[in-house]
Amino acid sequence: MSRVGRNIHVSVDRLRQLAHRDARPRKISADAGTCPKCDSHYSADEMHRNLRVCPACGHHFAVTARERLEQLGEPGGYVELWPELRAADPLQFTDLKPYTERIADAEKSTGLGEAIVCAELEVRHVPAVAAIMDFSYMGGSMGAVVGEKLARACDHAAQKGLPLIVVAASGGARMQEGTLALMQMAKTVIALDALAEARVPVVVVLAHPTTGGVWASFASLGDITYAEPGALIAFSGPRVIEETTREVLPSDFGRAERQLENGQVDAVVDRRELAERIGRVLHILRRPELEGPGAAGSPALQWAQGGAQRAAGAVQSLPRKVMDRIRPGSPDGEDPE
Amino acid sequence: MSERGGGRFVRKVAEKVRRAPEAGDDDLWESVQLARHAERPYTLDYITRMCSDFEEVHGDRLYGDDHAMVAGFGRFHDRPVAFIGQQKGRDTNERTFRNFGMAGPEGYRKAMRVMEIANRLGIPVVTLIDTPGAFPGASAEERGQGGAISRSIQMMWRLDVPTVAVIIGEGSSGGALGLGVADRVLMLENSTYSVISPEGASAILWRDASKARQAAQAFKPTAANCYRWGVVDAVVPEPDGGAHTDHEQAAEILDQYIYRALTDLGAMPPVERRRARRERFRKLGPLRDPEGGMGIATGRETPPPG
Ligand SMILES: [Zn+2]
Repeated sequence: MSRVGRNIHVSVDRLRQLAHRDARPRKISADAGTCPKCDSHYSADEMHRNLRVCPACGHHFAVTARERLEQLGEPGGYVELWPELRAADPLQFTDLKPYTERIADAEKSTGLGEAIVCAELEVRHVPAVAAIMDFSYMGGSMGAVVGEKLARACDHAAQKGLPLIVVAASGGARMQEGTLALMQMAKTVIALDALAEARVPVVVVLAHPTTGGVWASFASLGDITYAEPGALIAFSGPRVIEETTREVLPSDFGRAERQLENGQVDAVVDRRELAERIGRVLHILRRPELEGPGAAGSPALQWAQGGAQRAAGAVQSLPRKVMDRIRPGSPDGEDPE
Repeated sequence: MSERGGGRFVRKVAEKVRRAPEAGDDDLWESVQLARHAERPYTLDYITRMCSDFEEVHGDRLYGDDHAMVAGFGRFHDRPVAFIGQQKGRDTNERTFRNFGMAGPEGYRKAMRVMEIANRLGIPVVTLIDTPGAFPGASAEERGQGGAISRSIQMMWRLDVPTVAVIIGEGSSGGALGLGVADRVLMLENSTYSVISPEGASAILWRDASKARQAAQAFKPTAANCYRWGVVDAVVPEPDGGAHTDHEQAAEILDQYIYRALTDLGAMPPVERRRARRERFRKLGPLRDPEGGMGIATGRETPPPG
């Protein structure tokens, strides 16, 4: 029965059975396709096809920003925006390693220029601008480049009248940029208001983890906020809280499911349904494309424009019995039947 | 800029600031220590000295009253001004009562409540920042600590009235920035403004709680540096030896700086003020942009004006 260290393939049904065994001991394995929750093994291809969700237990693995864009977008792909921006080192910062070295290492290991990728794409046929964070680049931390790219994404979306989709996955502000990293919280929150002025919605997806200055800035200001199952969502991480207050935290502290109960998110959405869910809500919120004065105005104005005709049509289509009742002079017009 | 003796200090500070970039390890650590000196004036020490009268309000009207956050309306130079700030305590009882100046979501929501009233009544908002960070606790998280801070940032940015933020002691993390998005950001000479406290950084980056001094050296969170980065607009001088040596004089000097800032800001049309506020924060944070050159890079080469 021992499967230790062997990368074997089993049927999905078998995996589901395995998933129902509780409290299996965690195994440390070099195999990137081993589920830390249920111990099932997968090939890289299987993981990719299943959007990096364990088919057996539903555990959500980390997703890179580019893979996330492929998951959310149409097969036609996406157009990346401002990939050329790179971090500077304003503090000449060194902790255990110089910051410049950390940046170079991160770029080498991830193939990314920074911890966020912005792009124009279509989600279920709804055009949108996306800003996707990548935890594998220095813990998805927010420095000047993340702040600037997010702010530009807001401006770009507002200018084009497109909704903004943000996927957060971050440990918070980037320590190595010090006070200037803290300022990115203000920069991003202010930038979000460009979308408010353009009257386009913001959908935020909270992936594991969304903490610190990222949760305390743009990530908690979505119009619609989804969280991925099991994602840690918190301003202070469990370790900091336990050390400061000596509280003993429950194992599900700050997790998406609990934050739904706390009223901090709108829904916990399985990644395999995420694109559908985002596309659907954007479709609901999409305003009709009108021309002439008032077209760019508020939905209320849009109702007024050309609305009289639509309203008349709507009344015409009411059931006959109702029509009889609401017609002026009808003897029992007020009668609820 | 002063009629009451502030000028001497201003010149002295300008001199110190000029030396600051080369300042050694000791000076920097001393600054960190002074920023949280037990006798340093706290928010209410300044408010009671600067205002001829002050009406403190309590509660966020949603859950409770956060004693780590003080908010209310004061009479400042014979005009109404809203004052908001984290409050620390001096003795053990008071420290506990004030939760060490670490506000929870109720604190930021109380702050927002006062901001909203001030905005509606056309009253300027002044914030005094002095906190090791927002409170890290499970209950605070459950009641939306992250969202309370982000909304406080958002509300400060949206205000139509003139706003001034002053870092008077310790300005650490998002808990500080929650009150920091103002038209003018001032910083007391011996205060610090950073993404995290030196102790927190030490534990996270050095994986060793004893490296706080080294962390402070790496973060350089002094007023002089924050001015050079463009994070603050002016460094407010302190009495010789630090604000803790003379609360009266410290409050007198700060009073002048706030008065001057509000006078300048009051002369600007609200739309212009908000545009400038937006630009102020938008340009913070240097980066490398091979296509746009160093267009975003900011920071000052010169010391603050005396
Ligand atoms: Zn699994």
